[in-house]
Amino acid sequence: MLRYLLFRIALIAPLLIGLSMLVFVIGRVLPGDPAGLAAGPYATAEQRQAIAAEYGLDQPIPVQYWRYITGVLEGDFGRSLMTRRPVAGDLAGYLPATLELVFFSLFIAILIGIPLGLIAGIRRNSATDMTIAAGTLSAMSMPQFFLGLVLQLVFGMMLSWLPLSGRLPFIISPPPGVTGFYTIDSLIAGDFTAFRYSVLHLILPALTMALAPIATIARIMRSSTIEVLQQDYVQTERALGLPSSLILFKYVSKNAASATLTLIGLYVGWLLGSTVLVEKVFDWPGIGLYATNAILNQDFNPVIAVTLAIGVVFILANLVVDMLYGVLNPKVSNKQ
Amino acid sequence: MSEVVRTTDGAATRSARRTNWARGFYRFRQNPLSVIGLVIVALLLLLALFGEYIAPYPEHLNGEVNVANRFQPPSAEFWFGTNEVGQDIFSLVLAGARISLLSGIAVIVLATLIGTFIGVIAGYFGTWLDEILMRFTDLILTLPALILAMAIAAGLGPSIPNMILALALAWWPGFARMARGEVLSSKAELYVLAARAQGAGNTRILTRHILPNITSPIIVKMSLDVGFAILAVASLGFIGIGVRPPTPEWGVMLSISRSNLPHFWWTAIFPGLAIFLSVLSFNFMGDGLRDVFDPRARR
Amino acid sequence: MSLLEINGLRLAMRSFDGETEVLRGVDLTVGENAIAGVVGETGSGKSLTGLSISRLVPTPPGRYLGGTIRFDGQDLMTASEDEMRRLRGRQIGMIFQDPTTNLNPAFRISTQMIDIAMNVAKSDPELIGAHARASRRARRAAARQRCVDLLGQVGIPDPQTRIDAYPHTFSGGMRQRVLIAMALIGQPRLLIADEPTTALDVSVQAQVLELMSSFVRERDLTMIFITHNIGVVAQLCTDVSVMNAGRVVESGNVRKVLKNPDDSYTKELLSAVMTRDTPRPTRNRAVAGAVT
Repeated sequence: MLRYLLFRIALIAPLLIGLSMLVFVIGRVLPGDPAGLAAGPYATAEQRQAIAAEYGLDQPIPVQYWRYITGVLEGDFGRSLMTRRPVAGDLAGYLPATLELVFFSLFIAILIGIPLGLIAGIRRNSATDMTIAAGTLSAMSMPQFFLGLVLQLVFGMMLSWLPLSGRLPFIISPPPGVTGFYTIDSLIAGDFTAFRYSVLHLILPALTMALAPIATIARIMRSSTIEVLQQDYVQTERALGLPSSLILFKYVSKNAASATLTLIGLYVGWLLGSTVLVEKVFDWPGIGLYATNAILNQDFNPVIAVTLAIGVVFILANLVVDMLYGVLNPKVSNKQ
Repeated sequence: MSEVVRTTDGAATRSARRTNWARGFYRFRQNPLSVIGLVIVALLLLLALFGEYIAPYPEHLNGEVNVANRFQPPSAEFWFGTNEVGQDIFSLVLAGARISLLSGIAVIVLATLIGTFIGVIAGYFGTWLDEILMRFTDLILTLPALILAMAIAAGLGPSIPNMILALALAWWPGFARMARGEVLSSKAELYVLAARAQGAGNTRILTRHILPNITSPIIVKMSLDVGFAILAVASLGFIGIGVRPPTPEWGVMLSISRSNLPHFWWTAIFPGLAIFLSVLSFNFMGDGLRDVFDPRARR
Repeated sequence: MSLLEINGLRLAMRSFDGETEVLRGVDLTVGENAIAGVVGETGSGKSLTGLSISRLVPTPPGRYLGGTIRFDGQDLMTASEDEMRRLRGRQIGMIFQDPTTNLNPAFRISTQMIDIAMNVAKSDPELIGAHARASRRARRAAARQRCVDLLGQVGIPDPQTRIDAYPHTFSGGMRQRVLIAMALIGQPRLLIADEPTTALDVSVQAQVLELMSSFVRERDLTMIFITHNIGVVAQLCTDVSVMNAGRVVESGNVRKVLKNPDDSYTKELLSAVMTRDTPRPTRNRAVAGAVT
């Protein structure tokens, strides 16, 4: 197991190098004239050159990449051209907010999606199954930004049950940062008011983000359940008198769920992608909103950094899922 | 490549193909949802082509405003109400079908072309070429498509063609992987070996024997993906990259409507429903098509 | 007195081209302590007959058109699912063909066996040698001990530790032994074995057959042995029923049927086998001659 882990980690290195090159090309080469963008449309040629020299934009691309990547390894992602603040600091502040949202949504998606798919698979082609099928397709077709607006409209504005946006109200000071997750940090600090408010603020954006993965997980779980139900061992379990509740909810569900959960890594990627939309709707101060604002301002250092961060989170998530698969599936863990 | 005339078995092949189509259509009709999807998709395509001609207030589509009529609730006069500058939302939604659908379809067609080309080359020629192309594909896949498309679109600069290109550049890896897998499995089929034994060249084997056999899974994936491409186009519009006002586009309309909530809810609800409905109908249709081409998928 | 009596059992299966009658009036009588072989080609309905006894044919796509199955005087066709569940594992045990797919790969052997033991013990705590009023923990411990004993009896070496292993760590023959042990947990009166040795190596086949026949002799068991292998029937069974196209065409004492068959299909089947070196129809001689 440990050797397998090391092997997988070794595989990540070339992926990260490739990723950084790709992202660098998109951020530095595609825009054509980043110095001109930074200097603004009314800058003189001298001003433009000064800015290019300041940021090293006058160097050949490979040199620029080398400088950039050595900087990244030291934790320096450059400065934001617009705010003139170091990108690394911004990232450290925004990334935990995004991760909190992503993890919370993933948790909701698994919690609802797995049982839903199990039920649909058990009662396949029944009215329940059809309803779940229509519901999941609708959920997958729902634009998140529209869903977010509707939830805000109903629960935030009309019913006033839940807060509209942000992570905490202005009057509540955030808990001291340990993990960067307000929900966990407030518990660590024993600040239950902050905990309550941070959970309330999470509900709408997390639900918005979770809806489509709930549907995807339910659909995959349904087909794995159907496949597992046709396995010989289910017939044996029946033939030896085990009650069907035990067969379905213990024996079938574990087999089907382990097949479904191996795909969680993919949902993490999808959730990370959708943060740009959900964070914009809910003014959630995460990297998605940060990247959106940077892109709208043609500010490429943050864009490169965020893209790189998202790629790294995605790769790590898949590594974790691989490990998880070994735990859930005894056959694999034993071989490696 | 020479043109082959099949004289002996041509008729038999054709009639077998016709029965196949009939069976496929029968299976498609079995699922009422896919028929509904197909009907709505057909209507949407009509709207995309002729929407601006049937819009009740065509002048609003060119940016004409009527501030006196701003924020009218839905009524007989303005079915979906009016927006912050007094434009008829119904007309804008009708016209918005064009950008959304055509861009969505364009993204998928482009992504299919790129992805299939790369996947077929990788799968057919194999070895180091396969290795390089697939590592590159995997690399692209480590980034969420929306993020990648945003970054590329930002780099290319805002315009509709650039947005389409950016989305296609983020979208092709799925097609490449699929095409590669299909090519790998059909490469080993006996009829391909037989063709090779008869001295057929690579081009001929690819176009005559392999491509025809990988088209149906690709068509299914295309139809399933169009809905999500429409969603992505609207998402970019909502974020503010891609389509810019005053071009009527559903995502942009939703983005603007945010400041009108909660009092002028109709400015948000109708464009949002339009996106939802078109994505949903493509998904229903795609689901039905998958049942036709791959009956095992739904059990 | 016969333990099992099937009369005129008719079953139809639905498929793409409508319904097909797959069991067309099956009659089968199995006496107490008999080893009844059921032979026939693939598709003759022998497996579905076995599954029908435990009422494990899913309906739909299956549909029973008529007939009765009497087990120890009780009509199983009219029994409720609840009543059937109490019979399964407890009165009627089953063993299936492929040992590699019949154990749940995601659970330890112990989990699967103890669940079955705990379940049969609900109606009869004596089976695991524990009092009904004993604590749950005590009953679990007793169930575990009982399962370990059984694994030892079916020839699993070091059952105390092997019981906690996952199925994929066992060989095919060992897995089939585990499955036999599982089927025996509830001390059933009737054991239905559906091609239990077909998927095994020839040498392993003989061992498993030997094991099963010794169990039947030692423990007051009745067995239905479903196979397409007449050689195996000849060495193992006391009675045999020959099935063809959803009917039992001939049945009786194994020597009588194999030596002087009346039915033309039986003759055909036997002559197909006689072209090879067929073992003589004597009972319980471990001969590894697999004939297909």
